[in-house]
Amino acid sequence: MKKIIATLTAILAMGFSSSFAGTLVINTDLTDPAPKAAFEWAFNKFQEENPDVTIEVNNFDHEGYKQAIRNFLTTSPPDVFNWYAGNRMLPFVRAGLVEDVSDIWSDTGWVDGNLTEGMSHAKKPMTIGGKQWGIPYTYYQWGVYYRKDIFEANGISVPTTWDEFVAACATLKAAGVTPITIGSKYLWTTAGVFDYLNLRTNGYEFHMALTKGEIPYTDPRVHAVFDKWDELVKPGYFLENHASLAWQEAIPPMINGEAAMYVMGNFSVALFKEGGLTNDNLGFFQFPEITPGIPMAEEAPTDTMHIASGAKNKTDAKRFLIFLSRADVQEEMNKTLGQLPVNSGSKVDPDPFLEAGLNMLNNAYAMAQFYDRDAPAEMASEGMKGFQEYMVNPDRRDKILERLEKVRQRVYK
Amino acid sequence: MGWFSTTPFLNVPDSTQITYRKSSWWKLNQQRLTPWIFLFPGLLLFLVYVIWPIFNSLYISLLQWDGLSPAIYVGLSNYIELLDDEYFYISLMNNLKWLILFMLAVPIGLGLAIFLNQTIFGIRLIKSLFFFPFVISQVVIGIIFSWFYNPRGVIGPFLDKLGLSNYAILADENFATYGIIFAGIYPQIAYCMILYLTGLNNLNIDQIEAGRMDGAKGLSLFKNIILPQLKPATFLAIVVTVIGSLRSFDMVAIMTQGGPYGSTNVLAYYMFETALSEYGYRMGYGSAIAAVLFTIMMFYILFFIYRMYQSEKKGL
Repeated sequence: MKKIIATLTAILAMGFSSSFAGTLVINTDLTDPAPKAAFEWAFNKFQEENPDVTIEVNNFDHEGYKQAIRNFLTTSPPDVFNWYAGNRMLPFVRAGLVEDVSDIWSDTGWVDGNLTEGMSHAKKPMTIGGKQWGIPYTYYQWGVYYRKDIFEANGISVPTTWDEFVAACATLKAAGVTPITIGSKYLWTTAGVFDYLNLRTNGYEFHMALTKGEIPYTDPRVHAVFDKWDELVKPGYFLENHASLAWQEAIPPMINGEAAMYVMGNFSVALFKEGGLTNDNLGFFQFPEITPGIPMAEEAPTDTMHIASGAKNKTDAKRFLIFLSRADVQEEMNKTLGQLPVNSGSKVDPDPFLEAGLNMLNNAYAMAQFYDRDAPAEMASEGMKGFQEYMVNPDRRDKILERLEKVRQRVYK
Repeated sequence: MGWFSTTPFLNVPDSTQITYRKSSWWKLNQQRLTPWIFLFPGLLLFLVYVIWPIFNSLYISLLQWDGLSPAIYVGLSNYIELLDDEYFYISLMNNLKWLILFMLAVPIGLGLAIFLNQTIFGIRLIKSLFFFPFVISQVVIGIIFSWFYNPRGVIGPFLDKLGLSNYAILADENFATYGIIFAGIYPQIAYCMILYLTGLNNLNIDQIEAGRMDGAKGLSLFKNIILPQLKPATFLAIVVTVIGSLRSFDMVAIMTQGGPYGSTNVLAYYMFETALSEYGYRMGYGSAIAAVLFTIMMFYILFFIYRMYQSEKKGL
């Protein structure tokens, strides 16, 4: 109720005060406690530094935001809004709803020290058609979370190659432990596995070409990815009944010690720890190498901030984006978010998972955004359905890939 | 007209000659126009919110449009694509399963209603308990049933005894739809039951007495005397059940989101998924699915209206 009132007053205030200079309207979906706290801090800090600007926040429910953004960008655009990098922003950029902020990235006219130098490694996902369309403020790593104690009990060391990884799975399975837990009811978890298998088997360039629709799904190199996947699916190394479980519902087996690994994003750590795991028995390792010599690219979905092309107050909007890309601001915000700052000048809290992630991403060859952000929405939805079906019925691989190829030809037409 | 004459204005002296104006157009047509004036607000809303959207959706189904970029006219290609879309056929088949199995709610509801139609102490409480599932929101029922079906949940021990340990019906592409339908029927039975309970209250006692005197009892009494009297209730129960099954959306959305891999999709959910979900925004294709669903419903509704017209002609 409080939220509704706050939103309503914000909307009302928007109507009444839009004529004043220095009002910055920000639409967000930051309703979860951590992002909310992080942004409240950032808003206060920004107003402290810029007392002439008044911030008006319209906070949307996280799921509702995905629908609302299409409406508010076309009908009553805010000055600033948050969204995601990669192909997720493409439809809005293409429809001319997002402001080009290349000048922030190239520092012309907005120089505030070496502002974006620290973020040059994250420039690619923000670039469409040679221009930048927003700034990233946080990301997190994907990789394998595992039970250290179960690995130890079975004499397994952290696998760094595919053979070691498969051998570890076999040992665990023989010991009566489900090697890899997964909950694929909402599909996207399967894409994490696919992305890593593809990044490691064929490399970043191939993965990007595939998600851009340049390579048929029936290509032998895609089959090679599924050959690797077969090595995990066919012996039953994944949790049974994963199609009926949400990603969170696949966590208890690992907490109970019935499963040993989870290919996941760093946001899962909070849930693992709520369930009673600690830094002593929960560990993280990089997804192992498959094809030797291929540079290791990682999955690092990035959250971003953009300016609407219909913004009334573009000057202050840009000031806000510059503020948000500063190393000290990202450092403080990501402490609250429990994620990684994009600006390489920021430090992270001494947390083994964040440190491991930061270390991994700073050395990464390139960063993928995740299948459903790199591939267009239609392709992603069909693709992930296909991955789930494959994981339940590995024998249908050919049929599934043929179907995906049909979708690819339609989507990228 | 009596009270008119008491007002001073109309209290005209006898000497004044009253000349009536020629009947105006309004006066001549008043009888015919008044109903339309009363109907106007309703008709306007109906046109704006029902008729216009129908035709607009039909128009959108001829476009390729993501809701943001300019729409492209593509003729019938959305419909041609539907013909080659296996998810569409899966959804259509699932709709059929829903339609057929949902009909079970009618006889089960009738059975329960007859069972509960007794006058013993506390029957009102028991009736309301049976009616309870209908009061609960569909979303809540969906969530509770998905917990219920979870092999680690309530039915786990029973599944173990049946030798089906770890069987998750909602993850099984062949049976997941039946799992959802079962959850969907649960409140529908309560609904049909309440319709029949009110029907049973209005039974004509004289006819039953007469039937008894003629020696009807048990099944024949039920079949020949009671069931015909319940015809309006049956009619209503079938109508709401058919409509309920065709618009089955919330259960699917809550319990499986159409999964595993699209095997529990129904047309309504598939339409939502393609046109409005996170990965969708194919407005044209979604509208084409909607048009198909609309056609199916239209067939049913026309049949229904025809039947109603026929029986009214007979004066039933």
